[in-house]
Amino acid sequence: MDIWYLLNIFMLACFVGYFTIREITPALHSPLMSVSNAISGIVILGALITLKSDFGFLDSFFSYLACFFAAINIFGGFAVSQRMLEMFKTGKHK
Amino acid sequence: MINLFINISYLTANTLMILAIKMLSTPKTARLGNLIGIAGMFWAIAAALISLHLSDYITPIIVIFLGGIFGIYIALKVKITALPQMIAILNGLGGLAAVFISLSEVISQSKNDISNITSLIIGGITFSGSILAFAKLNFPRWSKSVRFPGQYIINLILSLSVLGFALGYVLRNHPEAFYFLAFMNLLLGFMLILPVGGADIPVVIAFLNACSGWAGVSVGLSLQSPVLIVIGTIVGTGGTFLARTMTKALNRSLLNILIGGGNSPTTEIDNSPKIANIGSPADAAFIMQNAAKIIIVPGFGMAAAHAQHALKNMADILRNKYQAEVKFAIHPVAGRMPGHMNVLLAEANVDYADVFELNDINNEFQETDVAYVIGANDITNPQAKTNPNSPIYGMPILEVEKAKTVFFVKRSLGNGYSNVENPLFFAPNTYMLYGDAAHITEEIVKYLEA
Repeated sequence: MDIWYLLNIFMLACFVGYFTIREITPALHSPLMSVSNAISGIVILGALITLKSDFGFLDSFFSYLACFFAAINIFGGFAVSQRMLEMFKTGKHK
Repeated sequence: MINLFINISYLTANTLMILAIKMLSTPKTARLGNLIGIAGMFWAIAAALISLHLSDYITPIIVIFLGGIFGIYIALKVKITALPQMIAILNGLGGLAAVFISLSEVISQSKNDISNITSLIIGGITFSGSILAFAKLNFPRWSKSVRFPGQYIINLILSLSVLGFALGYVLRNHPEAFYFLAFMNLLLGFMLILPVGGADIPVVIAFLNACSGWAGVSVGLSLQSPVLIVIGTIVGTGGTFLARTMTKALNRSLLNILIGGGNSPTTEIDNSPKIANIGSPADAAFIMQNAAKIIIVPGFGMAAAHAQHALKNMADILRNKYQAEVKFAIHPVAGRMPGHMNVLLAEANVDYADVFELNDINNEFQETDVAYVIGANDITNPQAKTNPNSPIYGMPILEVEKAKTVFFVKRSLGNGYSNVENPLFFAPNTYMLYGDAAHITEEIVKYLEA
């Protein structure tokens, strides 16, 4: 893919990100960060792509390590977000 | 046909994950949003596994599974008070994953492209910076700003050498330069975070969160994956937005925080004798019993003393037994990560409808009978408004001084993180309650119940 095409996607995503995140209530800024941690684990796709080419032990080893750390991010991030979000409640005294 | 399916899957996964972030805008939709995010992520991974035609499927699935178990284990085990540490670690691991991907790319393709270098540089800085941020959060002895002569020269040399090795690698294609670069880079991340002091950590956490996203973008540019670019950018802009919100609430710049300009000593120290009123939990309980409106202002001291449950108890008694109106007021930089106080209060079952942000509650203090400031200092210091020479001048504060009576729960009369004296401690309507935040609040509860 052409780098300029990818940079256009990048530019548009910057605006989408900014206008989406601006709307988030400050009370949920901690869960926002942990969900961000989880979805930044999407680099796991990169790790899988690099697994495709096999240039010896070190190459695969590095890819698997990346896979492992990204998986911690994904599962840990989503789990801790869910745990936090379960605590936000309203309407108990009215 | 299978290609069409894969492309649709990536597009859907992307959409779901953006939707997940969008749904975090209110607590009502946030839980569902998180589940939608999980669905998007699984779809993306499944599509990748199907489309890549790997020779070995079992090992990657086992590795993902192991990482997943480990991640879920720490997510369920971590104490709510240790959440900032957990976020710091996850930021770091995101960076580390980017580092290993770029190392693997160097070996396999020996392709000397710039985006691979940037993912190594950003990822490496994110990793070592986050590890240090974790240490600063976890071990109070480490949390101080560390500065020594020649520090900025060392940082400059490190940055230049990182740049030099990067150029050397791109132009000359020496893989050795790449490994050396990886090492210098870790050192640089460490040095960058070293001068940052304890109360500035929320900004750094948000900044490193953004960096882990930008590292993902670089990986995406290098591997030409639109999904990685879009999601990485969402994370990057999110972290940047949070960091900017924090720096605005401190009236400082990110650069100023990274070079540790926070706790410069006060320009002039007024040595005229001043006397603070010292109150007791019994006094506080008596005044609160007769108050119609009470605003509680929590800070890092509340988190450190785990006082949120006692605080919730106190609020309930005041509300139910004495018919007082009780609200919580939260400053954007209270605590050690963005939204830290909100999570702690939610843990203690405080209704989020009772918790207000700076701008929503600041004009209510003048009609408030009691402001109960627990473990916070700088975020209430009126010098931010009145003294142009003060290092914190211009920082927005919670105007607790307008309340009829102010209680400060503090360990001692010391200055806050910014090392600026708080004139509010010596105001005639202020009472100091010295001691552990949880203990003092429990004492007040005892008198209120009696």
